[in-house]
Amino acid sequence: MAGLAASFGSGAMTNSVSELEESDTIFIIGSNTATSHPLVATRIFRAKEKGAKVLVADPRKNQIAAFADLYVRHKPGTDVALLNGVMKVILDQGLENKTFIKEKTEDFEGFKSQIEKVDLDEVSKITGVSVEDIKTMAQTYAEAEKASIVYCMGITQHTNGVNNVKSLANLSMLTGQIGKPGTGVNPLRGQNNVQGACDMGGLPDVYTGYQKVTIEEANKKFAEAWGVPELPSKVGLTIPEMISNIEKDEVKALWVMGENPVVSDPDANHVVKALEKIDLLIVQDIFLTATAKLADVVLPGVTFAEKDGTFVNTERRVMRVRKAIEPIGDSHQDWQIIQDISNRFGYKMAYDSPEEIFTEIAALTPSYAGITYERLEGQGIQWPCPTQEHPGTPFLHKDGNFSRGKGLFHAIDIKPPAEVIDEDYPFWMTTGRVYAHYHTCTMTRKSRLLDSEISGGALEINPSDARILDLQDGHRIKIASRRGEIETQVMITERVEKGVVFMPFHFEETNVNKLTNPACDPIAKIPELKVCAVKLEKA
Amino acid sequence: MDYQNTLTTCTYCGCGCTLFLESIDGKLTGTIPCKTGPVNEGKLCIKGWNVHEFVQSDKRLKKPLLRKDGELVEVSWEEALDFTATRLKEIKEKNGSDAVGFCASAKVTNEENYLMQKFARAGIGTNSVDHCARL
Ligand code: SF4
Repeated sequence: MAGLAASFGSGAMTNSVSELEESDTIFIIGSNTATSHPLVATRIFRAKEKGAKVLVADPRKNQIAAFADLYVRHKPGTDVALLNGVMKVILDQGLENKTFIKEKTEDFEGFKSQIEKVDLDEVSKITGVSVEDIKTMAQTYAEAEKASIVYCMGITQHTNGVNNVKSLANLSMLTGQIGKPGTGVNPLRGQNNVQGACDMGGLPDVYTGYQKVTIEEANKKFAEAWGVPELPSKVGLTIPEMISNIEKDEVKALWVMGENPVVSDPDANHVVKALEKIDLLIVQDIFLTATAKLADVVLPGVTFAEKDGTFVNTERRVMRVRKAIEPIGDSHQDWQIIQDISNRFGYKMAYDSPEEIFTEIAALTPSYAGITYERLEGQGIQWPCPTQEHPGTPFLHKDGNFSRGKGLFHAIDIKPPAEVIDEDYPFWMTTGRVYAHYHTCTMTRKSRLLDSEISGGALEINPSDARILDLQDGHRIKIASRRGEIETQVMITERVEKGVVFMPFHFEETNVNKLTNPACDPIAKIPELKVCAVKLEKA
Repeated sequence: MDYQNTLTTCTYCGCGCTLFLESIDGKLTGTIPCKTGPVNEGKLCIKGWNVHEFVQSDKRLKKPLLRKDGELVEVSWEEALDFTATRLKEIKEKNGSDAVGFCASAKVTNEENYLMQKFARAGIGTNSVDHCARL
């Protein structure tokens, strides 16, 4: 998000999901689309049927890779190197879009001189991808009429995640592959309402619609609307920072709504310690999650089936959620819980319904200004939607007119992951999602059918590594990193390369986050969940 | 018998497929994909077809819980809400606004996230609001 916003002025998916069908080249990197976004994958399959070329780059040969026209398996954490290689080819062969660069972008020269220094043979050595494949990728992408990039957590969950995203933005601007239907850069959001949580100011530096807390005008506007003399203008803490400030005795209370940081945080042992230590832990959730078990007070909220409201999907579409049944047991509406506590605390709230809250949001948020519940009937509306007459926006940055004005190139250097393999920890471990499960599984594992689909996390390992360690399918194995150790069973597969192991991050029993690295990207503060160094031992 | 179909949005991933939740006498019985859904056009994945199942799980929390003598025990809403508000007030007064942190959520609605950050900023007076989707 931070990367795309810096390049284009907006961090959201540039195109609509349905537009992928119109693309003639789709470049998928760091996204196991077929399993994490099945109905986005459907559009990609349809595009391919219509003749589109599908390029996939991923350290793990996932389902979508099996179906690609060209699949390259680059080493974990070498995305920037690979993309720089691709852009080097584009410049060498004169495939860049000179008019677009000149009229619609800035800071091209600095970027160009940095790419000119790239040596393709060296890129090939770092990434493990042949020069020939890099050339084919570059040509296919650059020469396409409408090329789309699709990426997911595989790109963002690195210490250099922001640079990975900026590199993708560079690639699209270099070739002018942006600002048309089916042409752009598309981050797929992992959980259902990530886009909405960000849009609503569920971030330490912004109010709704990315209005910055540090800008006086925004700060004043919100203070006035919310009836307080002033609002804090200092950027707040991110979750990893809150956790470390608990250890430093600076954060004393934490209110967690609908999340399970004990399982989803990297370096889970350290999160548990912090949450055990904190004076007041408030958890608002539908199940007694691992985090709720540590709480001082647990407030039962309701599921999507019991509430009215809105979600925003990955393509910026605001959509209605409608109440189908009454709350189960004595659970309360989540908005009501917040309002009740706020009133008791001494800050008055008097909403009668989610719709009333939404009306306030629209009044304070320019990109939502034209949206009402009434207008959301039917297909929903894609923001920005500034007025009641505006139809919504299926794709952003029309004709290269970027939200920030001109598109900004960034010169990005190749940087290794924060932790690299060595003699003691000789295997790369990467993590990801498996089919049928959703984030930390607090919901999906309560579904008998989904739980029986895949149960328990297994470590994927290449057959040649398995042979050396004398392992067979189903054998128990100990996996240790510098931070912790877990035990699980192995699954032998060609999906992972020699020297690399993969493990899903959903399961509490085998909490892979005990091993992963909390080193953060300096800008987005997204922990490096994707890559760490481990050693393996037969259990 | 009261049979209802309620059009809504799937909660399992960011695709935003639309579906009908089927209910009989106030109990969910199934899902039906929505033909005019802009993303799914009448399709659902395995997760969407089963999205109603977790809702009525017997593991759902049905009452507020409060830790007393080290154990989480069921209490009334009054008690849970009073406890929470009082403790937040005490901590804010003693340790300042930035001693309180908020974790908003990619799993709840916009309205709920909006309200949480509004309470954090205008009520408590801190910008320490974040969501786990960063992870
Ligand atoms: S049906 Fe499947 S693809 Fe569609 S929103 Fe639900 S989980 Fe995502």
